[in-house]
Amino acid sequence: MSDLNKLTIADARDGLAKGDFSSVELTESCLASMTASKGLNAFITETPEIALERAKESDERRLGGKAESAMDGVPIAVKDLFCTEGVLTTAASHILDGYTPVYESTVSGNLRNDGAVMLGKANLDEFAMGSANVTSYYGNVINPWKGSDGKDLVPGGSSGGSAAAVAGDLCLAATGTDTGGSIRQPASFCGIVGLKPTYGRCSRWGVVAFASSLDQPGPMTKTVRDAAIMLQSMAGHDSKDSTSAPIDLPDFEAALTGDVKGLKVGIPKEYRVDGMPAEIEALWQKGAEWLKAAGAEIVDISLPHTKYALPVYYIVAPAEASANLARYDGVRYGLRVEGESIDDMYMNTRGEGFGKEVQRRVMIGTYVLSAGYYDAYYLKAQQIRTLIAKDFTDAYEQVDVILTPTAPSAAFPIGENLDDPLAMYLNDVFTVPASMAGLPGISIPAGLSESGLPLGLQLLGKSFDEETVLRVAGVMETAAAFSAKPGQ
Amino acid sequence: MSYIIQGETCDWEVVIGLEVHCQVTSKSKLFSGGSASFGGEPNDHVDLLDAGLPGMLPVVNELAVEQAVRTGLGLKAQINKRSVFSRKNYFYADMPLGYQITQYDQPTVGEGTILLELEGGKTKEVGIERLHLEADAGKSLHDQHPSKTFVDLNRAGVALMEIVSKPDMRTPEEAGAYVRKLRSIVRYLETCDGNMDEGSMRCDVNVSVRPVGADELRTRCEIKNVNSVRFVMQAVEYEAQRHVELYDEGEEPVQETRLFDSGNGTTRSMRSKEHAHDYRYFPEPDLLPVDLTDDYIDNIRKTLPELPDERRERYISDFGLSAIDAGVLVAERENAAYFETVAHGRDAKMAANWVTTNLFGALKKNGKHISESPVSAENLGKLLDLIADNTISGRIAKDVFEEMVENGGDPEKIVEEKGLKQITDTGAIEGILDDIIANNPGQVEQYKGGNDKLIGWFVGQVMKASQGKANPGMVNKLLKDKLSD
Repeated sequence: MSDLNKLTIADARDGLAKGDFSSVELTESCLASMTASKGLNAFITETPEIALERAKESDERRLGGKAESAMDGVPIAVKDLFCTEGVLTTAASHILDGYTPVYESTVSGNLRNDGAVMLGKANLDEFAMGSANVTSYYGNVINPWKGSDGKDLVPGGSSGGSAAAVAGDLCLAATGTDTGGSIRQPASFCGIVGLKPTYGRCSRWGVVAFASSLDQPGPMTKTVRDAAIMLQSMAGHDSKDSTSAPIDLPDFEAALTGDVKGLKVGIPKEYRVDGMPAEIEALWQKGAEWLKAAGAEIVDISLPHTKYALPVYYIVAPAEASANLARYDGVRYGLRVEGESIDDMYMNTRGEGFGKEVQRRVMIGTYVLSAGYYDAYYLKAQQIRTLIAKDFTDAYEQVDVILTPTAPSAAFPIGENLDDPLAMYLNDVFTVPASMAGLPGISIPAGLSESGLPLGLQLLGKSFDEETVLRVAGVMETAAAFSAKPGQ
Repeated sequence: MSYIIQGETCDWEVVIGLEVHCQVTSKSKLFSGGSASFGGEPNDHVDLLDAGLPGMLPVVNELAVEQAVRTGLGLKAQINKRSVFSRKNYFYADMPLGYQITQYDQPTVGEGTILLELEGGKTKEVGIERLHLEADAGKSLHDQHPSKTFVDLNRAGVALMEIVSKPDMRTPEEAGAYVRKLRSIVRYLETCDGNMDEGSMRCDVNVSVRPVGADELRTRCEIKNVNSVRFVMQAVEYEAQRHVELYDEGEEPVQETRLFDSGNGTTRSMRSKEHAHDYRYFPEPDLLPVDLTDDYIDNIRKTLPELPDERRERYISDFGLSAIDAGVLVAERENAAYFETVAHGRDAKMAANWVTTNLFGALKKNGKHISESPVSAENLGKLLDLIADNTISGRIAKDVFEEMVENGGDPEKIVEEKGLKQITDTGAIEGILDDIIANNPGQVEQYKGGNDKLIGWFVGQVMKASQGKANPGMVNKLLKDKLSD
């Protein structure tokens, strides 16, 4: 059977259950696709031996009637921000040269325990800092979608390798992490589904930290149903992460009832930003109409502090990052560049080991926490963060979900925005507010731009209400009937 | 007792505040499952978090919080129902995370007090500013290799309580008394073993001076890692004198961190204010705030042991001990326990006297701790019983005690075997008396002529003749009777 790599998780689950194909066949198909698509540079480390071994184990379990879950035997890519036992883990940074963890992150461990087959470690922006996957020490990831002029496009970031791998059918699904939009924005750029769960839904233990109060692992998949299935495996309370929510998991797939009658969908006026392309505005409108046609009620709402979200994010996230990245000092593991004194060694190691974007954020973070600046920046930012969260709380008294575009543009050519960090940061303008509030959000492919590139719409939900988010996303997915594939 | 340093232009008083780091008694570290025990091979007690590996997260050791609350209650301090851990950022090779997790503006314990006992039974109250929890750093070993520094992370992440006093102390003696009292309290509470040799209690001493009568606080210096009571007192003396000399020369001390050199009792500059770190504290996003309920705090309060101050009061009121004796006995929990065993059912004052004078004297002479005492509390009690029931005299008891210190053993057996029983038989004593009176007619004549003081001489002769075994009271009485005949 050919093209098994193009299956969804749900299809694979059914096919494996019926015995139409084995996990080994499925895995081999993905490995072949990975080889064929090496040019995308979607993986930092490929793990074909591990993949085939786990696929074989899965097949044996299934033969013994002991398949673990819907994920059993499903080949996935794991963002190289998740520590994986015995497998090089780089965070796409030179500074983690040769670092092989002796432990498995809770989330990748959950997937592994459920039988998922790891194909390799997906490329990303260095330490998940970026929106175009152009900051990786291991090179740019190429979006499988091409511009009309044939130019290579960015896949978005930071989970760019994961998004490209899913969009290019190198795998059935991938893990991502989202700090300010790192799952949703690349999902939009690559025409796939990306779900950022509520902060605390998935454990951060074993995920290389960027900004602790924002980082959240989530699934990147081909369909909304797959996102529900994969989240089920990834999520759950973990006593090793103090910020993990001690609550039971609902059945996420069961939430896909297809029924949104009477549901209230908020359209926040503040998301109509200057310079947003008309086609995105039009798609947003279309999304609202689909939901209205399905019986939902569209409500105009206001999230008044939205305009502060991006600047606040670029204070809070770098501040936390500046401390989180302090451990990469050349003393115990990873890169060490010797020096005359220990201070020299620190400077040499961190100067060579961190890329420019990481250095920029470490410096911004250090600055905003410094004596004399803390009150004006970090403290003020935290206060505004509270107001942003309150905006959502107020809005959710009126509505059940909020509909917005995912990103203000389609994927852009590699090399664009490189000299302008601020323009690059604007990619996250629609995703960052929900991150600041810790709320769940999903991006689903909703249409194509004039130049034939995928555009996503974003649905935001109440805290720990991924079920409603998935339900509405499922209805919109059906209405959008997005079937375009890259390279066609 | 005031401690005044005479300068060239005026008299100076010393202002002292102490920051004491107490290692929390707990099997595991503050935020990881790594072992918190002392010793071990280098890097034996290191968990994934302790080594600062990527993606590792801290989880608060609840026992450590309980120990901090218990200590706070023992210091009669405010317990904060919400406390927050923060990151204190700086680079050092033995601090793997690149930041120390500590409590900054919201510590678990707020203001409290501690009562110092000073010379002559005087007391003084010293304020506690706060107590906060923090993770210890590892250890850098600079002497293992000619050009490299080795790092041992066994201590990294171990839970510490930093207890900060108010600048209420004015003499080296008070500073020493503060450390001793704090150690006594944490040992009673079993929240820290107080072992300064192993570094489970480490002091930073803040010293400044000011003209007598002034209210201002002048520039202070912080002296790091002063690790015995004696060194604390030495450091204060040296540093205060140094400040006065600087002022005398028209200069001023600079605010800085200094190191104490225990070899010569001096301090030297470690880093000045210009090189002070900007620690960039901010709330630790990996941890939730610690929220405590009233019930939780009350339950800990209910399990507090009797503390030294309360015990001291009880010894004074119930046992009628002097404030000084009571203070000496309660200072160490094991001493107090020993004393209470000896005093049980016996004359408490006599027990206190034997413990503080004879026992402590013997222990000190032999350089032994009470836990290694050759004389058990039970046996010392038996010795007091032998005195009380007139089996032996106080004089003989001292000999028996010496024998017990030398070779241990049961005082009853020693008295038995050495035939030290007191002679209380009137006939036997009279026999000795009669001999002495018959052999010393001159002295008898003088006594009868009015020289009353000679009675002492006669008693001495009798005791000598009886090898100390005659009951001194009976000897006295019988002598007087016979000589007045």
